[in-house]
Formats: sequence, structure tokens, C-alpha cells
Amino acid sequence: MSDTTFSTQHPSATSRAARAYDPVPAPRPNVLSVGNVISLIVLGGLIVIPFFAKAYYLYPFTMIVVYSIAVLGLNLLTGINGQFSLGHSAFLAIGAFACAILIRDVGIHYMLTLPIVAIIAFIAGFLFGLPALRLEGLYLALATFALAVATPQILKIGLLEGWTGGVQGRFLFPDTLDPVVPFGLNIDPAIFRYFFTLAVFVVIYILSMLLIRSRTGRAFMAIRDNPIAARAMGINLPRYKATAFGISAMVTGVAGALYAILVTSVHPDSFIFTIAILILVGMVIGGVGWLPGCLIGGISMVYLPSMAEYVDDLVLAIAEPLGIADLFPSGSEMQSEFNRLSYFIYGVILILIIYLAPSGAGGLLRAVVTRAKRLFS
Amino acid sequence: MSELFMQQVVAGFATGAIYACMALSVVMIYQAIHHLNFAQGEMAMFSTYIAWQCMAWGLHWVLAFPLAIALSFVGGFLTERIIFKPIQRAPVLSHIVVFIALFAIFNSLAGFIWDFTIKNVASPFGDGSFMGSTLIGKHQAGMICATILMLIGLWAFFSFTRVGLAMRAAAANPESARLVGVRVATMTALGWGMAAGIGAVAGILIAPVVFLEPNMMLSILLYGFAGAVLGGLTNPLGAVIGGFLVGVIENLAGTYLDWVIESAFAGIGLVVHLHGMFAEIKLTIALLVIIVVLVIKPEGLLGRKIVQRV
Repeated sequence: MSDTTFSTQHPSATSRAARAYDPVPAPRPNVLSVGNVISLIVLGGLIVIPFFAKAYYLYPFTMIVVYSIAVLGLNLLTGINGQFSLGHSAFLAIGAFACAILIRDVGIHYMLTLPIVAIIAFIAGFLFGLPALRLEGLYLALATFALAVATPQILKIGLLEGWTGGVQGRFLFPDTLDPVVPFGLNIDPAIFRYFFTLAVFVVIYILSMLLIRSRTGRAFMAIRDNPIAARAMGINLPRYKATAFGISAMVTGVAGALYAILVTSVHPDSFIFTIAILILVGMVIGGVGWLPGCLIGGISMVYLPSMAEYVDDLVLAIAEPLGIADLFPSGSEMQSEFNRLSYFIYGVILILIIYLAPSGAGGLLRAVVTRAKRLFS
Repeated sequence: MSELFMQQVVAGFATGAIYACMALSVVMIYQAIHHLNFAQGEMAMFSTYIAWQCMAWGLHWVLAFPLAIALSFVGGFLTERIIFKPIQRAPVLSHIVVFIALFAIFNSLAGFIWDFTIKNVASPFGDGSFMGSTLIGKHQAGMICATILMLIGLWAFFSFTRVGLAMRAAAANPESARLVGVRVATMTALGWGMAAGIGAVAGILIAPVVFLEPNMMLSILLYGFAGAVLGGLTNPLGAVIGGFLVGVIENLAGTYLDWVIESAFAGIGLVVHLHGMFAEIKLTIALLVIIVVLVIKPEGLLGRKIVQRV
């Protein structure tokens, strides 16, 4: 009988409750693995999109790639290192504003701002990570939550107004409106911007994959899986955790710079707490700890709001013939301005994922692949 | 100078009462489930809307407020039962994600049902100044009293009632509590209900000051967290003191930070005019309070030190 009582008090039981999330076992490196093949097919699809879509329609696709990079950044922190952040909108903001300041005040070409932005965002993330890494799980979530909520106000502080543009924000290209295509290339700016963003994404993605397979990446994962064992094996916990925070902020910061280049302006109020929620939603949908999931996350970040709009219309369409439309005393003229149920739908999707597929799209895909393999073997 | 200082301190206490209320409900939920509920503010906002709706339908506040608080209690209880019970043993990330999900759901739902225009909630304590004072209104005085009464009530509940004792036991040591016959799961749900009820009180007290709209609680929740962390997440009295302190710190910083920095520069021979540039950094102060306390003294002013078992 002592078995059951013993297991509840066993040390492993307590540490189980405190774990960050249930990581999946790392797959064996295999060049022709299903994941790599799918990744290459997806990459091929992304490359050919501009040849089928009009330049105007490339905007949402570029946005998907930008958001995917942001999700990738958060996933490196949460999925690989097991730390939480509800404040990645802040690093997105740092990247965007650093890019704007470098272009406007320093006069650097927008393509060359990215490495500098990466360094700035890394330093910012590392510095925020240093005190924050004394905080475990929940407290880190709290500190980053506070950061995300305070970010728009910090950007509007009078002292910084000269750089951030205050409430009005700043335009990146006041003269040309759009970023100029370099090297005298004769292609549409939108198409160039798409390929530029995609190239940055591919580079960051490959670097992230290499990072995970490196000594540092294995140290990150060891910290995630068991911090005490990791420390016993000689891993310097504070240094690696702050580095993970820095790398995550760096990737998200680059996404912020690309975002600024895409929308050609920066405003403090574009980086509110809901953006941090969006990035988190993207990561959870794509699959925590599964890097290719970042593309699925990016797609969901761009297309969920428009999906929510349909649901909004649907609710009203059902409510009106039933005569209960008056229960929503909001007035129909407000309906078109706000897709107000969109965050409701994010919430429901998040809860459903946690209940039904805690490992997100990545987990579902893996389950399908395992089933398929079993069928053919 | 000293008169201005006193004024700012008193005004800080008045805003601090808001944060103290919120901090109290943060601590309540932390006691029950050892998690910070990021949806706490939105739940309180939703409760306040229920109270507003009841009054809009013609109910007197004497009926509307208790009704809203009771509904919130039931709502909090059911939230735990329906949403959090199934993921009890899930990892921390799942909990945080579900909190964020609830945040989004309540915020969006309130906007959908009651739209985003600002609503006015009348104060139960009446308008006007308190005993002829220019610093503190009747509502602020009432709010401070209500917070302190709530604190005393909670203390009495946890000290002198069987249910309160059972709740403390369930929070401190679930296994042993279960062995002596405490229904731990029910106690957890009860903690959720009480946190939601306290949140409703906080929302109703806050609404006359900041006006009712779906996004009103985000920054107040941040101050509530700051107060709770400062006072100690395990101690209701600490949370209330922390909430008042955050209010005072916030007010003083808004008034004096310019002056402090200007005199610091003057000390090294530089003349700097900041022209009130730091008047609008209030949320940043909450952020700083949270980070400084968590790094220097994570257990807060009055909290217990949490020792982790290896």
C-alpha cells in the first residue's frame, strides 16, 4: 500500500509539477527526415508565391514570415530553454524602434540595420534576462507581463520623444514612402521586400537549427529538462539562461525591424500587450519546442483575426432572426469597426489546444507521421 | 515643500486603496493555487459590468452590488471546476496559456456585449469631498475603509472558521489535508470563488474612479501585482500594505522624480530642465517595483520565504 503514498511524496513528483512543459524527445538527426522534406517543400512553396500572386497581395504573406520569425524567437526561449515570456511585444518594439532610429537619425541603409538591430536587441534581452533569471517560471512570466504592459508608455516618455517620435511615432522612409530596391534591380518593391524578409527568415531558421544541435543548444535543453542536473554537470545556469533570453530577444527584435520596414512606420501603440498574447498564441498553435511550427504560428497570427470577423457576422446573423440581437446593446455601426470577438476566439482556441493537443500543430503532425509509418512498416 | 509632500502622500493613499483591493484578490488566488491569475483583472472588470447592467435595469446598488459579487463568486468557483480541474497536473506553461486565454475571452466578451464606450458607475459613498478635505473625496475614504474591512473580514474568516482553516490546510499541504478529511479540490474552487468575489468588490470600488470600459483593468492589475509582490504574495496584510505603498510611491515619483534628477545633475554642475518629462511613467514604476522586489527580496515585505524541495 505504501507504493501510492510514497509516489505522491517522491521528489520526482514535486519536480514534475514544477516543470515548464512536456518536451518531446529530440529526433535523431537525419537529412532526409520527414520534417526536413516538409520544410523544403514549404520553403519551395514560399519562394514561388510571388510568381502566382500579384505584388499587392504579397503584404499578408510578408507579414506571415515576419510573425513567424517573432514566434521562432519566443519558441527558442520557451520551447528550447523552458523560460516563459509574456513580454515579447517589448522586444518586437525594441527592434522596430532601433531600426527606425538607425534609418532616420544615423542614416544607415535599411538592409544594413538588421545586424545592428540584432546586437541591440540581444543586449536588451540579455540585460533584462540577468535579473529575470533569478526568477522561476511564474515570476518570470510576471516580470515580462509587467514589461509588456509598460512598453507603450515607456516609448512615449518625454525624454525619448526625440528618438521614438512620441505619440505620433515615426515614418521610416519619409521621402520615398516605400523602401527602395537596392542595386538598381528592376523589380517591384513589394516583391523585393518579400524575398528580403524570406531570406532573413531562412538564415535565422538555419542558424536556430544549428544552435539547437550545438553544445550551447544542448545546454539550453538540459536546463529546460532538469536545471539541477544541468548545474551538476557543470552548466553555468545564469549565463546560459541570460544568453537564451538574449538570443530570443535578438530574433524577435529582427522580426520587429522587418515589421517596421514592412509597414514603413513605427508607433508606440502598435506594441501593446495584445501583441505579446498573439505571439504566445502563435507559438502554442505551432507547437512549443517544435521550430518548424513557427510558420503555422505566423499563418495563424495573420489569418485568425479575419476568421474571427466571419464568426462575428455569424453570431449576429443567428441572433437577428431569433430576435435576440438587442441582447447585444452595442449598435450595428460598431460592428464593422471592431472585430470584437476575435480575442474571444483566440481564447477558445488556446484552451482547446491545451486540452486536446498540448503539443500544438507539431504534436499533431508527429502523431500523424508515426501512425503513417506504422501503416507502411 | 512639506505641504505638497503630505498632499501627495495622502493622494497616494487614495489611489493605493485601488491597488490594495486588487492585490488582495491576487494574493487570495495565489494562496489557493500558487499561481498568479493574469485574467484576474478582466474577471473583475466583467463583474463590474454585471453590477452596472443590474443598475441599468433599475436595481438599487444595495441589491446590485451584492448580486454581482455573488455571481462572481459562483463564476470563479465554476471557472476552477470546469476549466482548471482537467489541467490540474499540466505543466506551468499550460496554466499560463489558459490564464491568457481567459484574459482574452473576458476582455473580448465584455467588448462584444457592452461595447467599448465608457460607462459611468456611481459611487455608493457619494461624491464630494470627505469631511471638508480638499485632498480626499468621500469615495476614496469609503474605498480605504472598505479595503480595511475586507482585510479584517478575511483575517477573521481564515482564523476563526472551520472552512478558513480547511482552506489554509489545503493550500499549505494538500496531501496531509486530504488525509485528515479536507476536500482539497473543493477548497481550491472556493479560493477561486473568493478571489473572484474580492475582485468584484475591487472592480466596483475602482469603476467610479477610472470609468468602466473593457480595458480599464490591465494597468490596475499590474499595480495589483506590484502591490502583492511588494507586500508578499503569501500575506493578505502585506498585499494591502504593498498596494498602499505602490500608490504612494507612484504619486511621489510622478511629482518629485524630475526634481530629484534635476538636482542630481545640478550637484555635478549641470543645469537640466526636464519640464515634467517623468509625469507619465507610472506603469514603468510598477514594472520597476516588481523587478526590484523579485530580485532583492522575492518573498516581499511580509511574506514567507518559499523553500523549494530538491
